[in-house]
Amino acid sequence: MQRDAVMEQLTGAKMKHWQLIKENSGIAVAVLDKAEESANSLSAEVLAEFGQILDQLDVYPPKGLIVRSGKAAGFIAGADIGEFSQLDTQEKGRALVDRGWTLFNRLAAVKYPTLALVRGHCLGGGLELALACRYLLAVDESGTKMGLPEVMLGIFPGWGGMLRLPERVGPSAALDMMLTGRTVDGKKAKKLGLADDCVPPRVMEMAARQLLLSGQPRRPLPLMQRLLNGPLKAVVANGARKQVAKKARPEHYPAPYAIIDLWAKHNGNALAAPEVVDRIISSPTARNLVRVFHLQERLKGFGKDANFRAKHVHVIGAGVMGGDIAAWCALRGLTVTLQDQTVERIAPAIARASKLFNRRLRDPLKARLAFDRLIPDPQGEGVRHADVVIEAIFENVEAKHALFRSLEPKLKPGAVLATNTSSLRLEDLRVALQQPERLVGIHFFNPVAMMPLVEVVEAEGCNAGAVQAACAFVKQIDKLPLPVKSAPGFLVNAVLAPYMLAAMRAVDEGLTPETVDEAMLAFGMPMGPIELVDTVGLDIAMAAGKQLAGGAEPPKCLLARVEKNQLGKKTGQGFYDWSSGRAKKGAPGAVPAGLSEKLAKPLVDRVHRLVANGVVADADLADAGVIFGTGFAPFTGGPLHRGKG
Amino acid sequence: MSKTIYVVDGARTPFLKAQKGPGPFAASDLATQAGRALLLRQPFAPSDLDEVILGCAAPSPDETNIGRMVALRLGCGKKVPGWTVMRNCASGMQAIDSAIANIQSGRSELVLAGGVDALSRAPLLYSDAMVRWFAGMMSLRTVNQKIAHFLKLRPAMLLTPVIGLMKGLTDPVVGLLMGQTAENLAWRFGIDRQQMDEFSVRSHQRALAARQAGHFDANVGANVGANFGEIVPLVDGNGKVYAEDDGVRADASMAGMAKLKPFFDKKYGNVTAANSSQITDGAAWVLLASEEAVRKWNLKPLGKIVDSQWSGLEPEQMGLGPVHASTPILQRHGLGLADIDYWELNEAFAAQVLGCQAAWQDEAYCREQLGLPGVFGRIDDERLNVDGGAVAIGHPVGASGARIVLHLLHVLRRNRARRGIATICIGGGLGGAMLLETCAEAGDAA
Repeated sequence: MQRDAVMEQLTGAKMKHWQLIKENSGIAVAVLDKAEESANSLSAEVLAEFGQILDQLDVYPPKGLIVRSGKAAGFIAGADIGEFSQLDTQEKGRALVDRGWTLFNRLAAVKYPTLALVRGHCLGGGLELALACRYLLAVDESGTKMGLPEVMLGIFPGWGGMLRLPERVGPSAALDMMLTGRTVDGKKAKKLGLADDCVPPRVMEMAARQLLLSGQPRRPLPLMQRLLNGPLKAVVANGARKQVAKKARPEHYPAPYAIIDLWAKHNGNALAAPEVVDRIISSPTARNLVRVFHLQERLKGFGKDANFRAKHVHVIGAGVMGGDIAAWCALRGLTVTLQDQTVERIAPAIARASKLFNRRLRDPLKARLAFDRLIPDPQGEGVRHADVVIEAIFENVEAKHALFRSLEPKLKPGAVLATNTSSLRLEDLRVALQQPERLVGIHFFNPVAMMPLVEVVEAEGCNAGAVQAACAFVKQIDKLPLPVKSAPGFLVNAVLAPYMLAAMRAVDEGLTPETVDEAMLAFGMPMGPIELVDTVGLDIAMAAGKQLAGGAEPPKCLLARVEKNQLGKKTGQGFYDWSSGRAKKGAPGAVPAGLSEKLAKPLVDRVHRLVANGVVADADLADAGVIFGTGFAPFTGGPLHRGKG
Repeated sequence: MSKTIYVVDGARTPFLKAQKGPGPFAASDLATQAGRALLLRQPFAPSDLDEVILGCAAPSPDETNIGRMVALRLGCGKKVPGWTVMRNCASGMQAIDSAIANIQSGRSELVLAGGVDALSRAPLLYSDAMVRWFAGMMSLRTVNQKIAHFLKLRPAMLLTPVIGLMKGLTDPVVGLLMGQTAENLAWRFGIDRQQMDEFSVRSHQRALAARQAGHFDANVGANVGANFGEIVPLVDGNGKVYAEDDGVRADASMAGMAKLKPFFDKKYGNVTAANSSQITDGAAWVLLASEEAVRKWNLKPLGKIVDSQWSGLEPEQMGLGPVHASTPILQRHGLGLADIDYWELNEAFAAQVLGCQAAWQDEAYCREQLGLPGVFGRIDDERLNVDGGAVAIGHPVGASGARIVLHLLHVLRRNRARRGIATICIGGGLGGAMLLETCAEAGDAA
């Protein structure tokens, strides 16, 4: 009796974010429902309250503790990134690491059994909390994702992730997750040994209680994995460093190297190497990557308020862009009709889509439903059912006029009419319409499935509701909408054109393509500019150059190759030999001093000009667009932000 | 029938001849691809349907209640009921008849009905002996017992599966293969190999001519502007397009026909693989609507179904089913064979169509079996299966009944004709028939 009274008193203690429920069975359930937020994150306050819960449970230990989320959306998204940006002193940085490390060690050491019931996203600090529980029970739903994506913010999983994940799944799988930020779903988590079980939601309550009280020991790691996580750590670490070096240079991205070191030398305890903590947390890379994260959140915010949700998308033009846009929309759950002159022209897009569905959805039943949703429509029957109509035919004004004239009378009221044009002016295209103000640009990038950014283009006098609806649609299909004003090349192509031009001029001046590319790879670009030209296609680069370079002479190296019909990857030969499907590169020569700055300057200058001209609303959005649209070195924080430093 | 039953539109897949091994599409894939294209060209949404009824003689084990499965795959939504009917070779026609019944009773206004089968995917089954062996293994506990049981396994049990397709094409009561019932008709009416082969060559020629005239395509020839294309091309996951019935042979000839050996009554019979309908995969749909639904959605129907009839006869003579089903319909409406503008009589076998013609011209048969005063007559060859039949196009069992209803409406429309009968023979000793009419030009439906 007295015990209950004390418990009641204890649990009654004011907590903003947590609720502690004591069940009749003697099991305690800690429910995190962070106040005033739609998703849970581990702020200092949330962690402090969890500490209080452990205090209470120390007094009267429960039979077991279940930790779960009270949110519809996910378990815990990670640490509070807002707090992370406020770490202006070394002490604060170390205190942040210490806070979670110590608390989760305490959780891991309690005498009673503990279980994390993971439904929805469980990332970063959230997974570290779950790892500190004795059991991890994953709910088998598509939203359930577990991972340690700290590396993507330029930091490391310092709250026990580097210690416990390798213990749980072995170092190879753990390093793979920690160094790439890759997430795993419930089934994969079970297979890896990360989750003790993966159950459908209908039995999760019973499963959680059974597992919690089962006394079942953790499945031991296989001997080999134990050796790799023990005496052979150094070998694994060397291998991992080599792998990382292929993807990220330490001067740009120090965090993955720090993760390997902290795991190999300090058993994942960052506090044992405070100098590493200081270096990483105060690094410009970490600050800039957090900035990029916030920029991404800002892009996601566009279209949030629009009361628009598409069910059916009609895409006209089943070429590479149109076909891949259609496939992406079907993958994201929309009914899609794909129109072209004949079924035979549509079929290759269906084949690519089928591959995409199988790869992304894995479950053959889900892939089949996506395949069913993508309907070849040579007669254009889908137009009058569609909420969004996207034109992606060849770049010819007259053809587009004729198309728009035939489309307009069939459109549903309120349907978004969009063009995916990259080189024609919306102002010239919309004159064919009775309601010209309804045409917007929804400009995807190639390859559609890989590129996160979509430019939403607004011409003067465009219907604001249409632009908002277009943004909402882009967000609905899980892309990042960037509103831009109608101008040649919009943002992304407009900044790439002078950059690629400068790179080709450098080739004209006698440098090898390999050397030019190496200069920009060292700068932090994901792909060298010459390889980019090859990928885009030399004919496209030529056309874009004419449009965007203000009448300058095309580079000789470009002209010569276009004349020989060496158009890049698509013809098997451009600046590089692509016959194997990948660019065959020789060794780069010595990169002349200042080359990378010289090549980046036209890009940066163009971004400045586009912001000044109002093509993109502000410098932050310009940075966001260039990073997500071109892959511009994210660790720099963007072309304009970089200049400020 | 009290209410008018409209056929608004319809579509089918190309019929794909079974090659070696399972075909590229499962039955539900076929029905989904044809159905989604058909629904797309309607003014209403798939969720506006009152129900989906699909006939299927041999759904695969993972296509339980294939009608519901396809309704969901078509995006009709959870609320539209979907169900499956089975009347063997007339399953597709049964689906239409079930839709008619529900529209008549007022339960439904707008129904998607059709049929499908993927015969190339008919399963191989374990023999009974093998099943008993497995069951025995399941009941044993010790390793020794299991080893002893394992030694009882005979390779012959494992290596001689039951061919599901052959079971499906065998009468379950009298044990005859369908082709043997066709041999019965040939024997009874004296139909010879030459006649069968000639009929079959003509079926191919007619199907080919219809294809070349664009009769199966949307927006071609007689279908320009109407958007009533019969065949919806299929696309598989590798981007391969299947646009046409691939069993139709441009090189069909008497010489070629003569090369085949009798398949069902080996050595001595007349029915060969070439003068039989082809084993194929395919789906066919029609959209049926009440008067109210036609008005509500402002539909432009292809035609109406005026009457339907099912009749039974000896399973050994099942090929004469159309005679037994069509005669009562004609009698009910005071019509003779010549009053029908066009006929679609599914060609299960050349001998079967020729047998039907012979029966109506056989005084004894007409008197004794049909209760007619004398010889009933003969269908004009120029009005019978004018675009070929199942011998050329193929017979995906469940789909055929829906195909001939749909195609007959196209034939009537194209020829500005009024009345037609679609009729089919059914393994097990049944016949089905439907009397169709086109809509009068001026606002019959509206």
